[in-house]
Amino acid sequence: MSGALARVMLPLGLAVAALFAGSLLVGPAGLGIGDSLAALLRGGDGPAALIMREIRLPRALLALMIGASLGLAGAAMQGYLRNPLAEPGLIGVSGSAALGAVIAIHTGLAGAFALGLPLMALAGALAGVTLVMLLAGPRGGSLTLILAGIAVSALAGALTTLVLNLSPNPFAASEIVFWMMGSLADRSMTHVWLALPLMAVGFALLGTLGRGLDALTLGEDAAEAMGLGMRRLRLSLVLGTACVVGAGTAVAGAIGFVGLVVPHLLRPMVGARPSRLLWASALGGAAMLLAADIAVRLVLPERDLKLGVLTALVGAPLFLHLILKLRRERI
Amino acid sequence: MSLLTLSGLTVSLRGRDVIRDISLTVGPGELVGLIGPNGAGKTTLMRAALGLLPFTGESSLAALPQAERARHAAWMPQAREIAWPVSVEDVVMLGRMPHMATRHPSPQDRAQAEAALAAMELTDMRHRAATRLSGGEQARVLIARALAQDTALLMADEPVAGLDPAHQITTMQTFAGLARGGKSVLVSLHDLSLAARYCTRIVMLGEARLVADGTPAEVLTPERLAQVFHITAWYRDTDHGPIYQPLEVIR
Repeated sequence: MSGALARVMLPLGLAVAALFAGSLLVGPAGLGIGDSLAALLRGGDGPAALIMREIRLPRALLALMIGASLGLAGAAMQGYLRNPLAEPGLIGVSGSAALGAVIAIHTGLAGAFALGLPLMALAGALAGVTLVMLLAGPRGGSLTLILAGIAVSALAGALTTLVLNLSPNPFAASEIVFWMMGSLADRSMTHVWLALPLMAVGFALLGTLGRGLDALTLGEDAAEAMGLGMRRLRLSLVLGTACVVGAGTAVAGAIGFVGLVVPHLLRPMVGARPSRLLWASALGGAAMLLAADIAVRLVLPERDLKLGVLTALVGAPLFLHLILKLRRERI
Repeated sequence: MSLLTLSGLTVSLRGRDVIRDISLTVGPGELVGLIGPNGAGKTTLMRAALGLLPFTGESSLAALPQAERARHAAWMPQAREIAWPVSVEDVVMLGRMPHMATRHPSPQDRAQAEAALAAMELTDMRHRAATRLSGGEQARVLIARALAQDTALLMADEPVAGLDPAHQITTMQTFAGLARGGKSVLVSLHDLSLAARYCTRIVMLGEARLVADGTPAEVLTPERLAQVFHITAWYRDTDHGPIYQPLEVIR
């Protein structure tokens, strides 16, 4: 790793480690730091061990995994489309995963069976990515992929609204709406184990993209003439994003803005190289989501503030700031 | 050994032939200028030769496996795209990608990139963000990127468009130097004077077909300029080499 990169990765890594520890130590149970860590490491049957191992640990792990996923997929998507406004949800996977989850809630599958909701969401993500790949075709550039993604997102969004429209009672409707806001509260290690394998596959796929994304800086033609297989790159991008975003949405709901804002913020710090941005963004995404998930517990602990709401509240103005910066530069 | 052999190359889009039945060979030591009016098929010819477009006929380059092709031929597209504010030297180093087994450039990779930066007079601006340079400077960065690829064949689509006169001359001299060193260069150009002065050979396209192929003096005749470009031109063979000045449009 070069010195310049280390200067970015090291602080980000430390921030993630600190926020992960913070996430383990913050909660309504009010355990002391020493007691918490002892309970986490030693385990046992006491309530402290139960809280640490069954409530806080999965929550911190999921924030870490999902944040890193969103950051990584966002950086990959922006690099592939050469557009700083791209985000992981663009290919329609989060929308279709949400549709699967909403159907699970509507049909009662979510209540009947603990993993009914995340599994239905994964099925939705799989259907979404299949449809996107069919629509975008085996050849074709980034534009067909965007159009296919928009088409699938729009369809999933319309069907989600239809399910809401047909919900039998206001309670079902509000359950759906609250789920869609995105949250990490009350998740278990089962959720971690469900998401982890898919995310590992997604990370492996997205992690190979650095070289190709660097070459794509000069356009698809130049990259191809430099020996980069565009079809394989696009396939890895779409499948990798589908894995990480599908798994993330399945266990936590739709969490926006992380994949959009984090790569954008970190880009100047890595010399704008898409390959370097990938892992910096993964760390940045993890840090942002861990921080946001700590914040929802501290800001309004008794009102169950949703994580997705907070990231959007923080992300939108941050993005506005970036737009203003961009406008100043252009003039 | 020829570095590029095309035979019967045809590209059709929506039932219309963009280039039709083009055969040509580019050998070592040649700087070939590809000229023709807008829409004659210059870009299509080069992209098809590289295998970037579906075509019928044969291209020795497109027949190579993709990774080997990248070590054999460098390509500078007409669209001067630099998507991110990456530093000039990072852009130029991208040209070494086909030769790099790992992510870390070897001393030889660095030397090639350095030579390319120097050839395009970019050494002083190496740390600047390529997107913040002027259009002409960006073109030089992209030419340097293609030079750094250090291939036997260099193909460039209107590389000197938008460059100041000094850099137009430097660029053509750099290409001529590559050809003298035994490499091949195929460039599309609109400046007939530059083509006549520096190219060892000129290929003229008109309405999707190859109209003429030979030395500048053989190809750039008043009849062909009238027939293909619809212009008249003033031509003199001077002590400074041939000079072409387009004069009037023939209507």
